Amino acid sequence: MIENIPAASRRSVPLWAQILVWVGLVVLLVIVALGLRRSQQGTVQPGEMIPDFNLTLFDGYTYQGQTQINFSELRGKVVVINFWASWCKPCEQEAADLESAWRYYEPGGEVVFLGIDYVDTEPEARGYLTKFAITFPNGPDLATKISQFFRIKGVPETYFIDQNGVLQYIQVGPFPSEAQIRQQVDRLLSQ
Amino acid sequence: MKKLVLLFIFALLASFAIHGAAAAQSPNPTPSDNEVNQIARDLYCPVCENTPLDVCPTQACAQWRELIRLKLSEGWTEAQIKQYFVDQYGARVLSSPPTEGFSILIYIIPPIFLAIGVLIVFRTLRSMRKPPAPAAAQIDSAEQPALADDYLRRVEEELKQRS
Repeated sequence: MIENIPAASRRSVPLWAQILVWVGLVVLLVIVALGLRRSQQGTVQPGEMIPDFNLTLFDGYTYQGQTQINFSELRGKVVVINFWASWCKPCEQEAADLESAWRYYEPGGEVVFLGIDYVDTEPEARGYLTKFAITFPNGPDLATKISQFFRIKGVPETYFIDQNGVLQYIQVGPFPSEAQIRQQVDRLLSQ
Repeated sequence: MKKLVLLFIFALLASFAIHGAAAAQSPNPTPSDNEVNQIARDLYCPVCENTPLDVCPTQACAQWRELIRLKLSEGWTEAQIKQYFVDQYGARVLSSPPTEGFSILIYIIPPIFLAIGVLIVFRTLRSMRKPPAPAAAQIDSAEQPALADDYLRRVEEELKQRS
């Protein structure tokens, strides 16, 4: 006879509230899980395809007469992407070697070096570029969109991308010598 | 003629004095650390997570503070400076996420969950205070004779039917 007891007497949380709470909890857990996964993911890994991005260059820098570089337009070339900042002392260790390597490959036209200035202030960044006489295309990482995509963990970090737009090698920290930069580039050119 | 020359010299000196005073006032004085930190405390450098810019000891943060000082000396407002930092480094530099786009959920979802929680607690407490279900109400049937009687009558009828 329990089923004949009026429904009103069996008070409980309404169904809609229960559903809402459970849905909310699931959504919250998914967001937390995604955040944890992303934080533990590390940088993009070799073998991953690098999707398109735009880099607006600093005043005075151009690439083939343009002040903005669209990454997809570099397909067919080996691309070396170096993340740096003027406040980063280790970046200074490799700045001259990167520039020297760029000058070595520039005439061939098969390799492009890109400098991406991470979380920096423009006056100091310009001072850094002048100090090391950097001539390869350089631009700020506006709104940190590019570094967020690469999920960089710090600076300097250098990414070597082959002619098909696939990441092949990552250097975390400064290169000890120009020879090691050229070794990675030559390996990709010979593929 | 002499008076005219004197008048001319006086006018010239007066114009120099006025111009000089105006020139001395035109550039903004160097903003103080307090003025800089008033803006810096609402900003976070992505390199130094969880450390407000006004107390962050790194060189990157020092450069940011100097940039704020520079912008203030150029006459920029606090809102303009913050917008500049958002454009350059992304919305994550702000201590309070902007009330637009996806970030607005941060302001909407917690109050909704709080309201639902309060509602659930309220209903649960209310149900705990309610008189017990009719089955248990027979003990206190005097207080609710109609409901208890009706229920008991139906129970008795059921028992009669079964016996």
